[in-house]
Amino acid sequence: MSEPISALNGAAYKDGIVEITALDPVGMITLRGDLGAGYLKKPLKKITGVDMPEVRGIKLNQDQGIAWMSPDELLVICPHADVATHLETLNNAIGSNHAMSVNVSDARAVFRLRGKHIREVLAKLAPVDTSPGAFEPGTIRRSRLAQVPAAFWMVDAETAQLVCFRSVAQYVFDLLKTAAQPGSEVNHYRR
Amino acid sequence: MSTRIATGGRLLNKSKAVSFSFNGKQLRGYQGDTLASALLANDQMLVGRSFKYHRPRGIVAAGPEEPNALMNLGRGGQFEPNQRATTTELFDGLEAASQNHWPSLEFDVGAINTHLSRFLPAGFYYKMFIHPRPFWKHVYEPIIRHSAGLGKAPKDRDDDTYEHFHAFCDVLVIGGGVAGLEAARTAALSGAKVILLEQTAHWGGRAPVDGGSVEGKSITDHVDTLVAELAVMDNVQMRRRTMGAGVYDHGYVLGYESLKDHAPKTKGPRHRLWRIRAGHIITATGAIERPLSFAGNDIPGVMLAAAVRDYLVNFGVSVGDRTVVVTNNDDAYRTAIALVEAGLTVPAILDARVLPVDSPLMARAKELGIRVMMGHAIASVKGGKRVTSVAVCSQAGEGAALETIECDAVAMSGGWSPVVHLWSHCGGKLVWDSALASFRPDVDNAPTGADGHGFVTAAGAAAGFFGLDDILHDAHAAADGVVTTLGFKLPASATSPNAARQEESPLAPVWMMPQGANAKLREKTWLDYQNDVKVSDVRLAAQEGFVSVEHTKRYTTLGMATDQGKLSNINGLATLAGALDADIPTVGTTTFRPPYHPISLGAIGGEARGDVFQPLRRTPLHDWHDVNGAEWEPVGQWRRPYAYKRSGESTHDAVMREVANTRDKMGLLDASTLGKIIVKGPDAGKFLDMLYTKMMSSLKPGKCRYGLMCSENGFLIDDGVVARIDDDTFLCHTTTGGADRIHQHMEEWLQTEWWDFKVYVANVTEQYAQIAVVGPNARKCLEKLGGMDVSKDALGFMEWVDGELGGFKCRIYRISFSGELSYEIAVDAGLGQAFWDALMVAGNDLGVMPYGTECLHILRAEKGFIMIGDETDGTVIPQDLGLNWAISKKKEDYLGKRAQERSHMVDPTRWKLVGLETTDGSVLPDGAYAVGEGKNENDQRNMIGRVTSTYHSPTLGKGIAMGLVLHGPDRMGEVLDFPGTDGKTYSAKIVDPVFYDKEGEKQNV
Repeated sequence: MSEPISALNGAAYKDGIVEITALDPVGMITLRGDLGAGYLKKPLKKITGVDMPEVRGIKLNQDQGIAWMSPDELLVICPHADVATHLETLNNAIGSNHAMSVNVSDARAVFRLRGKHIREVLAKLAPVDTSPGAFEPGTIRRSRLAQVPAAFWMVDAETAQLVCFRSVAQYVFDLLKTAAQPGSEVNHYRR
Repeated sequence: MSTRIATGGRLLNKSKAVSFSFNGKQLRGYQGDTLASALLANDQMLVGRSFKYHRPRGIVAAGPEEPNALMNLGRGGQFEPNQRATTTELFDGLEAASQNHWPSLEFDVGAINTHLSRFLPAGFYYKMFIHPRPFWKHVYEPIIRHSAGLGKAPKDRDDDTYEHFHAFCDVLVIGGGVAGLEAARTAALSGAKVILLEQTAHWGGRAPVDGGSVEGKSITDHVDTLVAELAVMDNVQMRRRTMGAGVYDHGYVLGYESLKDHAPKTKGPRHRLWRIRAGHIITATGAIERPLSFAGNDIPGVMLAAAVRDYLVNFGVSVGDRTVVVTNNDDAYRTAIALVEAGLTVPAILDARVLPVDSPLMARAKELGIRVMMGHAIASVKGGKRVTSVAVCSQAGEGAALETIECDAVAMSGGWSPVVHLWSHCGGKLVWDSALASFRPDVDNAPTGADGHGFVTAAGAAAGFFGLDDILHDAHAAADGVVTTLGFKLPASATSPNAARQEESPLAPVWMMPQGANAKLREKTWLDYQNDVKVSDVRLAAQEGFVSVEHTKRYTTLGMATDQGKLSNINGLATLAGALDADIPTVGTTTFRPPYHPISLGAIGGEARGDVFQPLRRTPLHDWHDVNGAEWEPVGQWRRPYAYKRSGESTHDAVMREVANTRDKMGLLDASTLGKIIVKGPDAGKFLDMLYTKMMSSLKPGKCRYGLMCSENGFLIDDGVVARIDDDTFLCHTTTGGADRIHQHMEEWLQTEWWDFKVYVANVTEQYAQIAVVGPNARKCLEKLGGMDVSKDALGFMEWVDGELGGFKCRIYRISFSGELSYEIAVDAGLGQAFWDALMVAGNDLGVMPYGTECLHILRAEKGFIMIGDETDGTVIPQDLGLNWAISKKKEDYLGKRAQERSHMVDPTRWKLVGLETTDGSVLPDGAYAVGEGKNENDQRNMIGRVTSTYHSPTLGKGIAMGLVLHGPDRMGEVLDFPGTDGKTYSAKIVDPVFYDKEGEKQNV
């Protein structure tokens, strides 16, 4: 059987003020339900090793974790190959309770942004306060990037990760390249 | 003549000479010059022509209020017209050209208009060009278009890039003069996050030119200290060359940053549009000096008094050797004093006031030996392309000349108007301040936010405070008040600095000079330099009944030029008030709208140009289509292959081939764009019963059912096949364009009306690559791939099954939009290309060919299947389309049910769907109307139907169409006339809309 490929298959841009890389397929599960319910919390902890995130929070444990998406929606992140097993674990735990888990891994494209100016590059495209203090590792923003939906979070002070729909992967890559073009530093943030 | 003098020029780097060109002439200036100051240093006073009379125009101001010095700048991909010389920083190699003249700036044929000005009064165009009617379009407009217009339109694609930037702060201070700096410092001391914007390249505004001292230090030192202090505060962001362009609701502000205008060769974007959310906005935008209204006040060499001072102090430029100062206030005395102190001559100060006691400034002027003529005015300025002298009269009289004074420049001051634009953009009100003779912000009527409290505060000169000490104290108090309302607290140690006070005599309002100026003088007295509006025009408008200032503005074009009346508005409405014998505040102002100063369209568009102008959605198979001859069709933001052209083939040929091949052998369609929405929960069936016209809750797991969705007004909004996955779960297919819309539609109903339904939905459209395998050989192809049973018994028509084909995990739906044996197969998007490749290999000896959307359309039209967007247009209900079979009669309710029972919806005269077949086999024009007997009340032929879809069917070898026709289904066999836009009339017979395999035997094998 063939290996799954991401929309941009590892494309990268290294000439700008931020380095942009299209990542290989990442496993993603959209989970909807009562986020306080034990039948969600328990299997999620088992799968990802992290607790339920706060509002606008993201909890990561290496390449797996949970992102808060709305009061009744989570994004579960995991290795692409583990999705089927995790879905089974989740569905077993949910049982007859009212909740939904679906595989959305291939519906998405994931980018990594690296460099001193990641906050600025994001703030050029998203109506989000990315200033230090307002946006730090551990929080996620489900927003838009220019004309399309996107969600992003800081991994560390100089790394951010971004998720968008697969069909607009090229558009988002081109957007990020434009926003990271040489000479476009804003130097708005002090640290 | 205007020239560079040895002293002054605080903004210049005299060690760095810069060369530039004006109308092809090579000139030199210094680093730090503006284009305006450099032109003046080269004695280039004449810089353009006015819009209507083509009068010679010189530089009047030194900032963004400049009405005259508009330039074509740059060339090729960096060309831009209408750039203000006064705000353009000089750089090496700058190319400027003046505008609005022909054949040359020095000799302009259009200047003949000035001699015709008696015949071109206010409203001339409206009065003259109304008769005879056809003349406007064919004669007048082309002539006017040719002679009017400012700069040239750029011809080349813009070389530069632009971007947006979103920023957030507690306090946004607009204006980096002494008031803005003080407000920013005060706000920052409270701990608030502060952003400070300054439109020019320099901090301090005009204070360093006007002078004064703060806490014993010179104003320049004070500014430097403040800037240094702010620069090291972590909670302060300072930005020069960034103009506050507009204030909008909820503390939203647009800032316009110029990054490359002064250095076009640097890398990066040219402009950056700041989109700022501020808790509170402080407008420290200063004030603009007003011209005086006297005859000949538009002759080059007549300049604002403060601008004359700016050029002298900032750029070391003398505007003239002999400058007459004319004023109604003390401030212009500073210009006279500065000129004399620089060794230049001021033959006289003409002061319209008569004052009992000399103020310190007046005394100082007299001390320097300047002749001060109180109660005097300019009767008229003499000169053509340059001032040569002024005729002096008494202000109280009618303009009889008392003497003539030779001079080559006139510095005028009619007082100062606070810059209230940003305060006003979002509804801040103004009050008339009779002491200042100007409008200033009404502090009790600030623009209000969602909480009902004001979110803009004006500070300093923008609030109507003009003495340095008053400005500093007001700015400090304004910022203190703002941070307090935001919940911050100013430390007790934070106090306002004090400045040395200088008492000034009050200004006297002067709206006409001399007061009793006769008609002849008024016809030469300009209010709006750029649009050539004179005092006589405004008075004529008043006489003709234009009492509203907004109407007068549009009738006379006062303030409608690119400077938006920064100099002319107050004088214009004072003139109107005078003519109407009304108070100025009663007449009121015109509306202040963003942007404060023109901003580039590129900045507004930001990154959205070229490749990223619009998102383009690509399926997982996009690249394959691209290299295999796809001719693209935009479907929403998707690109879908319209047809796959082979070499030597026309698009039409390709479509015909694809149709024939799919009917005879086998075709592949990339159906990935179709919407796929999962609906899950104990109430999922109930929910879908409400959304679809048909019953969905009765569908068995493993089965599919075609459904229609209507809006609550009954109109058809989407269709598609629903598959029941298990007891709690459905998968709803939508149209390509409907996926996001229907997902939102579902969420809206679940969140706002049926919040008690236990249902979750998820849009999984892009999770799958979905490929339709269509045609008589479809099953054979899948069997070749192997892995699961796809026989009729294992997977019947309108059933679905999960399984594995050729090693690919997939879900197969046996549904058909073509009338052929058809499987739609969904695999994970990341495997889409590999699976397509496998199908192409397996189908190789079965005659496989990919087909595009046009083939899809023909296949479905031959079968009489409707298409959302073709047969529907937002006014069509399912019953119009003969889809009654898809509407449940058992259900108590569904969205649209009640609407479809309204009288208009059950009206038997609603046009209904039929098939149409031309009598000669040709193709009906798309959208053509069928005409009936008689005419309607507009004398148009009555219409009885229209074409909704029309194609050439290669299967049937003739044109086929669908259309909506009055009493259509009852008129089978009748022939209708469809006049085309090509002059021909097409005749078509009404037939059944199903042209091919009416029994549906082919799809059910």
